Amino acid sequence: MKYAILVYETPAEFAEREDPATAGAYWGAYTAYNTALAQASAVTGGAGLTPPHAATTVRIRNGKRAVADGPYSDTKEQLGGFFLITAESLDAALDWAAKCPAAMRGAVEVRPVLEM
Amino acid sequence: MTNEAAQAAERAARESYGRLVAFLAARTRDLAAAEDALADAFASALRVWPQTGAPDNPAAWLYAVAQRRLIDQARRARTADAYATERAALSSDIEENALAIPDRRLGLMFACAHPAIDAAARTPLMLQTVLGVPADRIAAAFLVEPAAMGQRLVRAKRKIKEAGIPFEIPGPDEWDERLGAVLDAIYAAYADGWIDAADADADRVELVSEALWLSEILTALAAHHPEVLGLRALLLHLHARRAARRDANGDYVPLDAQDTSLWDVDAIRDAERLLFQAGRLGRLGRFQLEAAIQSAHASRAFGRRVDWAAIVQLYEGLVTITGGSPVVALNRVAALAHRDGPAAALPALEPLAEFLQGYQPYWALRARLLEEVGDAEGARAAYAEAIARAPNEAAKTFLRKRAARFSANVERDEPGAS
Amino acid sequence: MKAMLLIYGSEAAWSALPAQDLERETGAYMAFTEALIAAGKFVAAAQLQPVATAKSVSVGSGVGVADGPYVDTKEQLGGYFLIDVASMDEALEWAAKCPGARYGGIEVRPIFERS
Repeated sequence: MKYAILVYETPAEFAEREDPATAGAYWGAYTAYNTALAQASAVTGGAGLTPPHAATTVRIRNGKRAVADGPYSDTKEQLGGFFLITAESLDAALDWAAKCPAAMRGAVEVRPVLEM
Repeated sequence: MTNEAAQAAERAARESYGRLVAFLAARTRDLAAAEDALADAFASALRVWPQTGAPDNPAAWLYAVAQRRLIDQARRARTADAYATERAALSSDIEENALAIPDRRLGLMFACAHPAIDAAARTPLMLQTVLGVPADRIAAAFLVEPAAMGQRLVRAKRKIKEAGIPFEIPGPDEWDERLGAVLDAIYAAYADGWIDAADADADRVELVSEALWLSEILTALAAHHPEVLGLRALLLHLHARRAARRDANGDYVPLDAQDTSLWDVDAIRDAERLLFQAGRLGRLGRFQLEAAIQSAHASRAFGRRVDWAAIVQLYEGLVTITGGSPVVALNRVAALAHRDGPAAALPALEPLAEFLQGYQPYWALRARLLEEVGDAEGARAAYAEAIARAPNEAAKTFLRKRAARFSANVERDEPGAS
Repeated sequence: MKAMLLIYGSEAAWSALPAQDLERETGAYMAFTEALIAAGKFVAAAQLQPVATAKSVSVGSGVGVADGPYVDTKEQLGGYFLIDVASMDEALEWAAKCPGARYGGIEVRPIFERS
């Protein structure tokens, strides 16, 4: 079964990506996680996203395009990236989710993916 | 020697700042880095030029130094790709552009006006990056705290860089969406430059000619857009009257007292022609309405009386089109006073008070209307508020003279006054 | 540049759609996907199951698993398209064509490239 592991990060966590004092640890953790997923042949896709300040929202209302600066929802924790994995069951997916670096900071969300 | 160098640097800043920023940032879309590199280049110029003399082509010199700074940064960031690209770019750029820095300013303005940029940041960003207006003046012009404006600008530049917003003049379908912000910025630059009508502040004079130049380019590129023509007509009307705004003593002269023989009638005729052209395109907009209002005022140049009823109607249209802008509403009240008298206009002023507390023209109008209906105390207090908020000495002098004349009248009228 | 089109919408509204409309919208998504592929811009896409199926995992002194999405909002992330385009403007154009833009909205964000 396919699952999406959605990583939610706070502004402080986003900032760690580029802060020289914290970047090493931040990226080190994700590289290790990616490697583990790859070695287990569990990952089929995924991406890291730029922080929410680089987001632009598009809506169509009454046939007109409305473009606005900023992410869709105004929450403190924002999507920072995701992993698309294949796992035998929800429990297996949850095991992977628990190993994701973000699980130790805030949380990660696991959701099944509809086969398209 | 030092003075010449400083002057050369100042001139280069005024004439080439926007062009340099736009060209430096065009490839990487990193405005903040381009501005910093350029600031360093200017600092170098002030150190080096006094010894070597100002270069023949100051802009090219500044460009080379700033570009080297950006390359150094790319190298230090250990981005091998960026370093190689910048190095290659430097050699080809310098050869091609030994004489002239290509003008990417319009592309930069459209990038700043992109819908993905926070709406409240678009015009301020254009004013800063393209026209080099200092951040504190931008904050004052928008009635915003300098710290808040600074934040807004930082965020907008970061968005351009990280979201990949291109420095391009957009295709025809996107002009309607983007043009509004670009026109607003050009107008804001002109208006800010115009505050110093005595032409005493060299920076502000430059801002006025920059704004006129940009509106000219825009008109050449997009004569089929009625608002582009409307803006140019508006600027030409305002510019036509520049010689009449101050009297021989350097004191401020209000519009209805200006000597029309000092108005540039050719500019007025050009403006009328453009406004007529715009009208034929059949899409009314804010700048066409503003130009039409100026056109009504300009009828004095041709020996006709000002049609205040028409002006009130035009302002009503403008209030609607701007979604109830308090400043526009204020100008409508001023016109209303001319059409219907001060007593009719005063009630229309009340609802604007909460929005325009910090705005000198509000207090000046309030003072004049109260004076005209005979409310001495109210008028005196309002003049004091207006003087406190006046942007320069000439405006202060003008208001003080009015207040003094009024006070003298009151003293004459009060029984028992000496 | 690679960018994500994150599709946000109200799950409640989606599940309340009459069968005909649901079929039409599903068709619209398929057409959108095909258009992306034909234009050579498609990289990946997924439709997520509703948030009721979500589990939130946090690791403290043990592993905690909670039912439901991590962030509780009126509109939920329903899926995404990962596309490869020439500029932000192109990404926004595709976002405007995505069926989800007419209901909730599409958040467009570039992929993070480490510098």
